[in-house]
This record gives sequence, structure tokens and C-alpha cells, in this order.
Amino acid sequence: MKIAVCIKRVPDTELRFTIAADGQSLDSTGMKYEISTFDEYAVEAALRLNEAHGPGEVTVVGLGPAALGEQLRRAMSMGADRAIHLTADEVPFDGAAIAHALADALEGQSYDLILFGRNATDTGNGVVGPMVAHQLNLPCVTGISHLEIGAGQGTAKRVLEGAVETVTFPLPAVLTIDEGLGRPRIPSLKGIMGAKKKPLAESPAELGPVRVSVTALAPPPDRPPGRIVGQGADAVPELVRLLRDEAKVLS
Amino acid sequence: MDESLYFEEQHHQVREMVRDFALSEVAPVARDLDRTQEFPWETIKQMGELGLLGVPWSEELGGAGMDQISYYIAIHELGKVDASHALTLSAHTNLGTSPIVEFGTDAQRQTYVPLLASGQVMGGFGLTEPGAGSDAGGTATTAVDKGDHYLLNGSKIFITNAGVGEIFVATARTEPGKGSRGITSFIVTKDTVDIDRCRAVGVGHVDALPKTPGVRAGKKEEKMGWRASDTRELLFEDAIVPKENLLGTLGQGFVNFLKTLDGGRIGIAALSLGIAEGAYEQARQYAGMRKQFGQAIGAFQGVHFALADMAMEIEAGTHLLYSAARLKQAGKPFKKEAAMAKLFCSELAMRTTTKAVQIFGGYGYTTEYPVERMMRDAKVCEIGEGTSEIQRIVIAREILGKIVR
Ligand SMILES: Cc1cc2nc3c(=O)[nH]c(=O)nc-3n(C[C@H](O)[C@H](O)[C@H](O)COP(=O)(O)OP(=O)(O)OC[C@H]3O[C@@H](n4cnc5c(N)ncnc54)[C@H](O)[C@@H]3O)c2cc1C
Repeated sequence: MKIAVCIKRVPDTELRFTIAADGQSLDSTGMKYEISTFDEYAVEAALRLNEAHGPGEVTVVGLGPAALGEQLRRAMSMGADRAIHLTADEVPFDGAAIAHALADALEGQSYDLILFGRNATDTGNGVVGPMVAHQLNLPCVTGISHLEIGAGQGTAKRVLEGAVETVTFPLPAVLTIDEGLGRPRIPSLKGIMGAKKKPLAESPAELGPVRVSVTALAPPPDRPPGRIVGQGADAVPELVRLLRDEAKVLS
Repeated sequence: MDESLYFEEQHHQVREMVRDFALSEVAPVARDLDRTQEFPWETIKQMGELGLLGVPWSEELGGAGMDQISYYIAIHELGKVDASHALTLSAHTNLGTSPIVEFGTDAQRQTYVPLLASGQVMGGFGLTEPGAGSDAGGTATTAVDKGDHYLLNGSKIFITNAGVGEIFVATARTEPGKGSRGITSFIVTKDTVDIDRCRAVGVGHVDALPKTPGVRAGKKEEKMGWRASDTRELLFEDAIVPKENLLGTLGQGFVNFLKTLDGGRIGIAALSLGIAEGAYEQARQYAGMRKQFGQAIGAFQGVHFALADMAMEIEAGTHLLYSAARLKQAGKPFKKEAAMAKLFCSELAMRTTTKAVQIFGGYGYTTEYPVERMMRDAKVCEIGEGTSEIQRIVIAREILGKIVR
């Protein structure tokens, strides 16, 4: 199958970050970057699909500054065959602007599947995949945890709160991937060496108009202090009541 | 540190890859392995698949086709999480495989290196004997020429991978009375002691590899550190070693293993520095978390001083390590620099881990936190592949050689 996977370069989620002086963005000093978590799951999903279904091609597509090359190379060292880098000095917050550029690059390339992560770990919007699907007039399934592809048709499972939903869709399609399809592989040394020789095509991103932007970024309010409801066995009934009625973790 | 002095782009990728592997696969099992002394065949198999058991060898020989620096980076990163894994890698690659790559014939290389580089079997190096430790030229194991083969008798002690491994380079005396010039290296093979586990896991044993009759592993050592690394005797009892298994030239065994040890010292430096950094990072985090007297202990000047010294020494050790590695990579002389890196980094590992346990207080002395294991793992870095005293002798010979005779 011919599969495209769109990946985003995002700040490493393991690092603590601080808000920059402009009050709108993250302080980038000492920041490290990685492939957004769910996007990496999507790369893994694409590789596994082609490993299971015989020869195919996996293209990773990214939009961002020159340094995005690191993440595209990493995806190729995992096993993707080639990469497309849509260059832009900055990645806008507005998913519609990004989707416009991606759809422009993906259109007419006869991909069987176009995969995205469920959402980016920085903005958490989860809109780019569906917007690309809309623009390309393709069916779209979001938040997939299990996937099977048959003749011209796919079956996906989505884990909802309290239920698992199974859906079918025709190919080509746009899918956004959750965890559950398999942990992303660690690239082998051979993969790292091989990635250097794989094609990486660069072209300027045709961004759409940016209509949504961030005006302020503030840390979340401090968590309310803990409460001590009592001591020993006497405290248990009250604790159970609070867990059930207030925290709603018991039913 | 800004590694761009020493690293190229690919080195950053190797580091990230090994770090991912160490954190996701090795860190969760390290504590248990230390307790049980078990050899980690599952993670070793993964290391083989990732190319980590043949980092610097060419792709034709089944290696990853990377350079020496990449290899030392792999040891360094693994060492931050678990010294035993790092040591297994180092003994396998440098001690077990590099002599065959460097001194072997084409036929020897084709026969043994692909099996080792892919991680299908583990390798090791038998030099040390009960009576020949620091004085490795005192080899007493004998190899007697019997026409079409050599007959080996003797015992090697403290041999890393001796039990788990199948391919070894070992030294024996081919000419009595000729001192260090009467020593020759041989390639010997034996079955792994873990055949059943190896068959289940799918690596570690190759039936088709002919085994040397009369070679076997002795008892496993109970150790203070490096406990998930396999250390045993390697015994030769009328071992029949075919002539084509002679490695290098007759009588060149001593000269050759000194070269092998030079490279190995950079590996132990990388391992030591890894342990030191692992312990330092643990201590740094803990200093920010642990509160006494109403504040984080990291706010006390006494703790600042300890952490500042640790950070400074690690920075210095990093320069020594990668500058020695760069010299080796460039094909320049590196004997003195390798000994300096090994000496400095191993002693620094001991100092740093001791300080880290101190910063953790009583908690650091329990197995709940990894710093006590790191402290135990650090000690042997001052002993293996030449003790600290021997490193000082090597350095002194290099700096005084032409002046004092
Ligand atoms: C866990 C472990 C793994 C090992 N793996 C291997 C392996 O894979 N292959 C292998 O061949 N060997 C291996 N060794 C052996 C190791 O290289 C030796 O233990 C080491 O070289 C020291 O030899 P020794 O133990 O006989 O100590 P000795 O040589 O007896 O030394 C005892 C003390 O005397 C000091 N000393 C000796 N000579 C001098 C001198 N001239 N001047 C000043 N001080 C001196 C030493 O520094 C040391 O402090 C391993 C050892 C250990 C503990």
C-alpha cells in the first residue's frame, strides 16, 4: 500500500517547560524536540501494515522549520521510505492553515491511506487530520486503536469511554491514530545508516490563511491542597463517600 | 557538554537510539538482574536486532558499519542505566570480536565475525590466569604443537561471557622460556552454558559452529557489582585446537593483546563515565525533591558543592573519553590517552557514586534506589582491563619512556 504519514515536530514531553517572556509561547532555550507521540504511533502503524500486506511505500510528510529534518530522518530510520518536508519558518497554531498546505502536497498522489496522530502533543487540537480529509473529500476515522485492511476496505476500532466501537470505511481514507496499534520501534543502527541515503524532498509550504492564534499562555491554576478526612478505620466511610460523590472514581 | 566538538550528526542519532533502548528495555529489569545475577538474554537479543553487538564492524561482516565513536557512545549510554549490559557489550565487541577483525585471516573473519556481530553468539577474551593478572605476560596456559593441531592446557579466570559465550580469543604459551614473546593467541569455541534458554529465546547458540573439544566454562563468580554480567573460569583440558585457529602470528599474542586492551580501556572509560552520569543525574533529581529543615536538600550549600564537583569531573571525563576515541578513530596513537581516560573515569565513577549515595542518605543505601548498585558497579572499573595502578604505569612509561630507562 502507498501510505502517507504526517508527523509534527513538538517539544519533548518529558522536559519541563516555561512560558516565554511574550506570554504567548514556550521558552525555547534548552528545549529538545521529538516526533509528536501519536504521530510516531502512526508511523509504526504504517510500517506494520506494509510488513503484513507485502511491499508498499511509506512517505512521511512534515511541515516546519529546517530542524524538522531531524524528525523526518528519524521516521526514515524507523523504516519509512522517503520524506517530504514542507518548509515554513513557523508552524501556525491554526490547524486549517496547516491542513491547507498538507492537502496541497498530498493531493493527487494516490495514497491508499493518509495517517495522522490522534492529536499533536503540543497544541492538542486534533483538527488537522479531519480538515485534510475534508479538503481531499476522503472518509475520515479518528482516534483508532486497532486497524485491519482488506480489499479496498478497512475496519477500525475506537476505544470510547465505556465501549469499543468498530467502524468500516472504504480506501483511500484519512485516519488518526491512538495508542494501541503497537509501540513505535526503536530505529536500528542499520536503519540510521540507511536513512541517510533515503530521499527527502523539500518545498515551501502553501499555508492557508491563519485565522486562529494564541493570545496568552498561562500555567494551569495550582492544584487545590489535599484534604485529610480523618484517621484509621473511622475515616473510611467518609473517604468512600467522597471518592464516589465528589471524585466520581467509584460507582 | 557541547558534544559538537566530537560528535557528528549520526552520533547524536546513535545516542538517542541507545538511550531510548536503555530507558525503555533495560532500566525496568536492571534491579532484578542485579539481584538474581541472571544473564539478560532477552535484552541481548534486542541489542543484536538493533545492531548494537557489532557497531564498528563493516556490513559485509554483519556489523552496523558505524565508527568507533558510535561504539563508545553505545557503551556510555548503556552504562548510565546498567553497567552490566554495557560491560557485556564491551567485552563482546572489543575483547571478543576486535582481535579477530584486526588480526584474523579472511577465512577466520568470515567464519566468526558475522556470528558475533549479529549477536547470534556471544564472544569473550581469555587472558587473565590465576597466576597472571596485572602481569598478563606471565601466561602459564600451554599450547603444544601436535602437527595438525595445538593441544591447550591451563585455566583462565575472571573471563567475561565465559559461560554464556561460544567464541573466544585466548592466549597460551607456545614457547616456554621466551617470556612475553612466547605467547600466541588462538580462537576457541564451546557451547554456551545456557543452551535451553538460548534455544527458547532464539539467540546465543549456533549448532553448526564446530566446537573445540576440551574447552569448557568453570564456576560462575559471585560478584559485588556487574552482577548481570557473566564472569567465569575458562578451562582448557587437552583442548584440541586446529592449526587454522591460530590468530595472528606465532609469538605475537602479547603484542596483539596489548593493542586490544588499549581499545578496551576507552570502553571501560565510557562505561565508567556512564555510571558516574547515571548516579549524578539521580542525585541531582533527588536533591530537588527531598525536603529537610523545611527546604529541598539541594538548597544547602554542602549539597551544591558535591553536585558541582560531580558535574565538573563528568565534564572533564567526557573530554578525555571522546578525545581518546577520536584519536583511535583517526588511526593516531592513543595508548596514553586511553589509559588516562580509563584511569580518570573509573576513579571518578567511584567518587561520584559514593557522593550520590551520600546525597540520598539512608534511602541511597537501600536497593529501593539505583545508586547503591551504581556504587557497587563502579568499583570494578578500577580493576578490570588493567587496575588503576597499571594505568599509572602505562601512562608513566609513555611520558618517561625516552628519559628513564
Ligand atoms: C568482573 C571482572 C571481569 C573480568 N573480565 C576479564 C576478561 O573478560 N578477560 C580477562 O582476561 N580478564 C578479565 N578480568 C581480569 C582483570 O583484568 C584482572 O582482574 C586485572 O587485570 C587484575 O589482575 P588480578 O586480579 O590478578 O590482580 P593482581 O594483578 O594480583 O593485582 C593485585 C593488586 O596489586 C596491584 N599491582 C599489581 N602489580 C603492580 C605493580 N607492578 N605496581 C603496583 N601495583 C601493582 C594491582 O594494581 C592490584 O591492586 C576481569 C576481572 C573482573 C573482576
